[in-house]
Amino acid sequence: MSTISDIRTALPTGTWQVDPVHSTVGFSVKHMVVANFRGGFDTFSVTLDEQGLLGTVDVASVGVSEPNLNGHLLSPDFFDAERNPQLSFASKAIRVEGEKVDIDGELTIKGTTRPVKITGTVSGPVTHPFDGSSRLGLELETIIDRTAFGLDWNAPLPTGGFAVGNDVKLVAELELVEEA
Amino acid sequence: MEILGIVGSLRAGSYNRQLVELAADNLPDGVELAVWDGLRDLPAYDEDDDATTSFAVAGFRSAVAGADAVLVVTPEYNGSIPGSLKNALDWGSRPRDTAAFRGKPVAVIGASPGSFGGVWAHAETRKVLGLMGARVVEAELSLGKAAERLADPDEDLIGQVRAVINLLVTEASARAAAA
Repeated sequence: MSTISDIRTALPTGTWQVDPVHSTVGFSVKHMVVANFRGGFDTFSVTLDEQGLLGTVDVASVGVSEPNLNGHLLSPDFFDAERNPQLSFASKAIRVEGEKVDIDGELTIKGTTRPVKITGTVSGPVTHPFDGSSRLGLELETIIDRTAFGLDWNAPLPTGGFAVGNDVKLVAELELVEEA
Repeated sequence: MEILGIVGSLRAGSYNRQLVELAADNLPDGVELAVWDGLRDLPAYDEDDDATTSFAVAGFRSAVAGADAVLVVTPEYNGSIPGSLKNALDWGSRPRDTAAFRGKPVAVIGASPGSFGGVWAHAETRKVLGLMGARVVEAELSLGKAAERLADPDEDLIGQVRAVINLLVTEASARAAAA
């Protein structure tokens, strides 16, 4: 039976780097008013250390199921990858209570930096059975208004409403490895 | 710096050709504007021929690729983009990953005999170019009453044309500096 003293109140100390193979950074947005359209980024880096949680994402690695849409996402209508090749996040404060994690930080997309509140869970650390490394799990999400970052493109639907929602859910499922 | 002019009208007395010539006559130092004249020669767009070696298509893509910026000057037909211009843009949008228009600074202006100056065609052309991945500059010049305004262009009109070109030059310079 747990006691109050067992409840975690901070993330582990040390320096942790993301294991990209076992992590994902993705997004979902309402399409045609009703459906959740999902996409993600293949190339990213995340570090957790005494500075907090820092993440960068290569915009050019965006991936959705439709190649033509990939090109549009990279264009000035959306991310403008030519001029803004990376997204970034830096935490300002991390609160932990048991498995629950709340992070205040600053998210930069398309050259615009705005405060965001992230919620999620932490699990581990556990020891990798083969290489002996310590592994920490973080599942994080937040919802942003893409238009606040200058991603304004939309198209009206003939039946009313717009093709793409403004609220975008960002999701990061991270496996972090402690540096030896 | 080289700007490619694309005129969406084929007729001999085109107001839009007069408008692009007005732009060409009022360029800043160091900027050249060449008007592409192959619109009539392009075949109808066919996705099966995206990787075509057609001389007309290759010439168009090459002209766009070689320019630092593009000035589209177009009339409005039936409330929208002239079919021949849209056809050219469709050719210029492919192959998607290497399309000449991707990231290219582009301005869309034009003229018409009526009061609205082709504003719907210009808005729709900007939408198309945005989807193609071009960098569409925030320049608007939809010149109504084209016959009167272009017969003897006043300073106000010349100033508007210069402002459009200056925006294109600014965007193209920023792109060149980042390259």
